[in-house]
Amino acid sequence: MTEKIIIAGAGGQGVILLGKLIAEIAMRQDRFVALIPSYGPEVRGGSAYCMVSISDEEISSPYINEADTLIIMNNPSLNRFEEKIKRNGLLILNSSLVTDKIARNDLKVIRYPFTDIAVRLGNPRVANMVVLGCFIKYKRFSDPKIITPVLYKFAGKEKKDLVKINLKAFKEGLRLR
Amino acid sequence: MKKRILLSGNEAIAEGALQAGCCFYAGYPITPQNELTAYMAKRMPEVGGVFIQAESELSAINMVFGASSTGARAMTSSSSPGISLKQEGISYIAGAELPAVIVNIMRGGPGLGNIAPSQSDYFQATKGGGHGDYHCIVLAPSTVQEAFDFMGVAFDLADRYRNPVIILGDGMLGQMLESCSIAAYGLSNSSKKRRKDIKKWALTGCKQRSPNVIKSFYLKEGDLERFNLKLQKKYKTIQETETRYEGLYLEDARLILVSYGTMARVAKAVVSELRKKNKKVGLVRPITLWPFPRRILQDLTATHKRISFLVVEMSYGQMLEDVRLALEGKAKVDFLGRAGGGIPTEKEIIRFIKNL
Repeated sequence: MTEKIIIAGAGGQGVILLGKLIAEIAMRQDRFVALIPSYGPEVRGGSAYCMVSISDEEISSPYINEADTLIIMNNPSLNRFEEKIKRNGLLILNSSLVTDKIARNDLKVIRYPFTDIAVRLGNPRVANMVVLGCFIKYKRFSDPKIITPVLYKFAGKEKKDLVKINLKAFKEGLRLR
Repeated sequence: MKKRILLSGNEAIAEGALQAGCCFYAGYPITPQNELTAYMAKRMPEVGGVFIQAESELSAINMVFGASSTGARAMTSSSSPGISLKQEGISYIAGAELPAVIVNIMRGGPGLGNIAPSQSDYFQATKGGGHGDYHCIVLAPSTVQEAFDFMGVAFDLADRYRNPVIILGDGMLGQMLESCSIAAYGLSNSSKKRRKDIKKWALTGCKQRSPNVIKSFYLKEGDLERFNLKLQKKYKTIQETETRYEGLYLEDARLILVSYGTMARVAKAVVSELRKKNKKVGLVRPITLWPFPRRILQDLTATHKRISFLVVEMSYGQMLEDVRLALEGKAKVDFLGRAGGGIPTEKEIIRFIKNL
């Protein structure tokens, strides 16, 4: 079975990093992963998205037409990707910024004010980590402990100091629901 | 399962080159292959090689020309418009019979085009590209793992035949991240050193031996024709021995999809979807685009009378011409292609097949 996830938001919200972290965690569980990022003229404030496929078998097409899970961080992304989710799929919404109505009524919707939570923690940029915590908890995706080494790897030497706030945000996400 | 790491296609190509003993890289930035240049800038000094960001594509390819003539495993990379600029140098490298690896992470054209994935440089890569009667060997990876693995193959082929090798990928392969197992290509440091001695033709200083000459210039009557005949003989050997492809369900398939690179992955998904419904479809995925795997297509028409083909490309029918040439009118060939950023989707292809 292939789990297909699309994550979309504004440039700067860390949607591609969120995708990379999910892919890294899946890979560390010996699963096959493929991630297509949006790339190019999209800049901070513009739109950004990524498609993550996770499977126990080799992934044939990495391009996702119908996602199992859609993570939406702002209004324009909802508009753009709402049709890209399968029937009865899971929609995770950032209610701090997504105010538009959902046109479909077949979806399972989870909404939390991820950006507001991040602001309360002291940095709006860690909203993606709150989502990651929420996603992992809800999907029983992996042992949450896996995140610490993964974050240190991604931060590298230069950004080591940022791990703490990201971990805090992740744990906040685990606590949701 | 082997230990794997998450890499983009661009990074995997760069790391694959380093593991294959590449010690010279010259390039000039262009999207969507910038991660390759950036990775080289960081890693090449760590392995004691030379990284140069050249002032233009022209100088980058000519730096590769120079480095290769000294016996070093040398490469450059770019994307479509940049590769067009490199064609003169590639022709000279082919004419001087030097090994080199050139990576083209294709984007939409013609002209400056856009930065979306595309397969519109197939003609340029497989039919020469620059001036003169020459061919580059062209490898088309379809996964990040292959992007890594094919670099070793590319450098070996380049050295064996003293011929430029092109890695033809597209923006999606370059940007895509996949788990990839990284194993060194079996080159120890001592064999890297010895490589220069193996290349007896290389310009390494001619103390105590007669000078080597690297040139692509033959003025004496008959010389250039003789040289061309020698090249043709080499190309024939390559065609006979280096053709590679992947086949899926070829035993009983009645409809064969022909597709390469990123596009072949969508085609694969189509084949497995239709197989679930007991449709007799199969796939031929050329891995070498030149030499083109024509024999397998010919064999398929010889063994199955009512077989037909569907070529799917991110272009408006470039590889299609090679498929038609191989089949010599003996089977029906249909075509589905999009370019300029459009990628045929699974649904689109399945709908197209239903209407055949």
